[in-house]
Amino acid sequence: MADEEGNARRLHTLVVRVENKAGVLARVAALFARRGFNIDSLAVAPIADDHFSRITIVVDVESAPLDQIIKQLDKLVNVVSIRELSPDELVERELMIITVAAGADAAALAAEHGAVVLAESGHHTMYSITGPTAAIESFEDALLPHGIVELQRTGKVALDRLDLA
Amino acid sequence: MTTNGGEALMRALEMEGVEVMFGLPGGAILPVYDPLLNSSIRHILVRHEQGAGHMAEGYAHATGRPGVCMVTSGPAATNIVTPLCDAYMDSIPMVAITGQVPYAAIGTDAFQECDTTGITMAVTKHNFLVTKASDIPQVIHDAFHIATTGRPGPVLVDIPKDIVDPNNPNSALEWYEPTGHDLPGYRLHPDPDPELVGRAAELILASERPVIYAGGGILKARAADALRALAELTDIHVVTTLMCRGGFPDDHPLALGMPGMHGTYTAVTAMQESDLLIALGARFDDRVTGRLDGFAPEAKVIHVDIDAAELNKVRTADVAIQGDARLAIEAIIESLKLAGAPDAQADRKGWKSTVSGWLERYPLTYDDHRPGDPLKPQHVLETIRDHSPDDTIVCSGVGQHQMWASQFWKFNHPYTWINSGGLGTMGFSVPAAIGAKVGKPDRTVWSIDGDGCFQMTAQELVTASVEKIPVKVAILNNSYLGMVRQWQEMFYEERYSEVHLSKNLPDYKGWAEAMGCVGIRVDDPDEVEPAIQRANEIDDRPVVIDFRTDATEKVFPMVPSGATNSDLMVHPSQAEERA
Repeated sequence: MADEEGNARRLHTLVVRVENKAGVLARVAALFARRGFNIDSLAVAPIADDHFSRITIVVDVESAPLDQIIKQLDKLVNVVSIRELSPDELVERELMIITVAAGADAAALAAEHGAVVLAESGHHTMYSITGPTAAIESFEDALLPHGIVELQRTGKVALDRLDLA
Repeated sequence: MTTNGGEALMRALEMEGVEVMFGLPGGAILPVYDPLLNSSIRHILVRHEQGAGHMAEGYAHATGRPGVCMVTSGPAATNIVTPLCDAYMDSIPMVAITGQVPYAAIGTDAFQECDTTGITMAVTKHNFLVTKASDIPQVIHDAFHIATTGRPGPVLVDIPKDIVDPNNPNSALEWYEPTGHDLPGYRLHPDPDPELVGRAAELILASERPVIYAGGGILKARAADALRALAELTDIHVVTTLMCRGGFPDDHPLALGMPGMHGTYTAVTAMQESDLLIALGARFDDRVTGRLDGFAPEAKVIHVDIDAAELNKVRTADVAIQGDARLAIEAIIESLKLAGAPDAQADRKGWKSTVSGWLERYPLTYDDHRPGDPLKPQHVLETIRDHSPDDTIVCSGVGQHQMWASQFWKFNHPYTWINSGGLGTMGFSVPAAIGAKVGKPDRTVWSIDGDGCFQMTAQELVTASVEKIPVKVAILNNSYLGMVRQWQEMFYEERYSEVHLSKNLPDYKGWAEAMGCVGIRVDDPDEVEPAIQRANEIDDRPVVIDFRTDATEKVFPMVPSGATNSDLMVHPSQAEERA
């Protein structure tokens, strides 16, 4: 629960398996709003068995204890299971696509950050990048001086690391 | 067998054992009201949908069986939002059926369309929008299962018109009997963890100043007998919260009455001075704890609740046990006996004598009536209590009259006290009393109401008269919104803002008579008892008694808002003694 400086960790990654039914995302979102819980990011999509969806929620525990958030979520009838992925045990990724004013050496910048140039014109460059949140944010910082026209991040998705190195 | 959605719905309700439902028809639910004519289910036609919801709650409170209400779409559905929220806060098993516009019209702002499942998401344990006629039998089966198991609560089933209308091909289905539930996210945890039970027993044996803090979960779990066995085995005092009045007999030597903001001195103070709170199906509501950081500062806590989210939500427990209250109490009793209870218990002589001292010094009290003054509401309550059967069911609204009823009635049997605890819904009493009387027709049912509350839902007495449901209503009429008046007197320097209703309007006797009830008005203390006797003898129609009571009477004891329970204010006549 604490980082290297001994501060309590505010962001926790929950993997929530839900029934793939109409309105389930609304129930989850409404619960967070009504109980005053904070969502940092949320990503949802059906899994291989399309009766179920998997939601990756990054919650901010400043307003409510993690225990209370998990127990209240668990009371939703359509929520099948909830698991917290600890930072050591998970692989997490996020996708960002971002459009900036043209000007930099796009290919070099993309290569340096592991990003991809999706499209270019005389005026604009559009990149995409997939990676851990820190990599996404560092790329965004690098593009800041060029003038960001528009960007969209997906929020984190995460899986267990299992035995994978 | 080929059938249609409307007939399937009625049949599904019958299979769940539904005998009575409360409702009012309208456009979208109309096709369901036709097969109702051929059904064994009794339908009580209400005058306002809110009444249907509270009647279903009162029925559920009194019988333990799920209350059922059925209304149409749009405004009818929004009118039951308050009862749904009330049932959600107080964990009342209830199933609400609402009509909806045809499935293809959803989202088009059709006539009487509203997003019923969206609106009620936050006030139901779960809700369903049924999209196919063939889902109806299964969804009804699931709805009753969810409403009545685990922590009970309201479940709403929203049904589009096309799938119940026999003239619409969408309504056709092959009838089937559901064989189970496909609810992978709904798991029940009734069995307590034996290791935690053992630790609870150890804490109980070692405690020198224990108090059992019994909440509404005792009644929901049918655990009153188990609670009594635990209290008697261990010789531990019991406080019963507003939701648990009757869960432990008030005439028992270990009963301390109600805790909290208007609790008895002894209940509040015993919890405050305790070294162990044994919380059983209670949720540390703010009205019980007062200012949390000053609540029972020296107490360890054993907390039993069927809902894991209640454990450690408000007060961190030393032993937190998820489970059914009855099963948990029975397991704790077994564990205590194995560990040598009661002989192995800590010495509690000093504590018992302290508690007895409080009981003796600080009983509930109120000023004597002075000639020429209006009636004392507490006296009215005591007189109704003393002239009605011991197992009378009492339903209250919300406010001063509710607190006096909870304080001054002697609840010696479970399921005899019905009120709106968590939500505090004014207007709850009259329809809840009607629902209770429908569920328990052989019992005397008194609605103890305030004049403010009565005016919110009194129209349901027309329902009661027409349907021959002979409830009795005592209006403690002080012509004020009394609890608000009390706060304005005590905390707003007697600046009375918008709390005076009217001295003589409405004419309650005349109004009652116009609704088909017997109407009685009582001004004189000598008329109190004869009026009550007369009301108790009438069994063919509702009775309403307008008791003209003293507006200056306040509810004591009282913990001022924001204060700790150590700052309890006792009745002025006891205050000097306390200082």
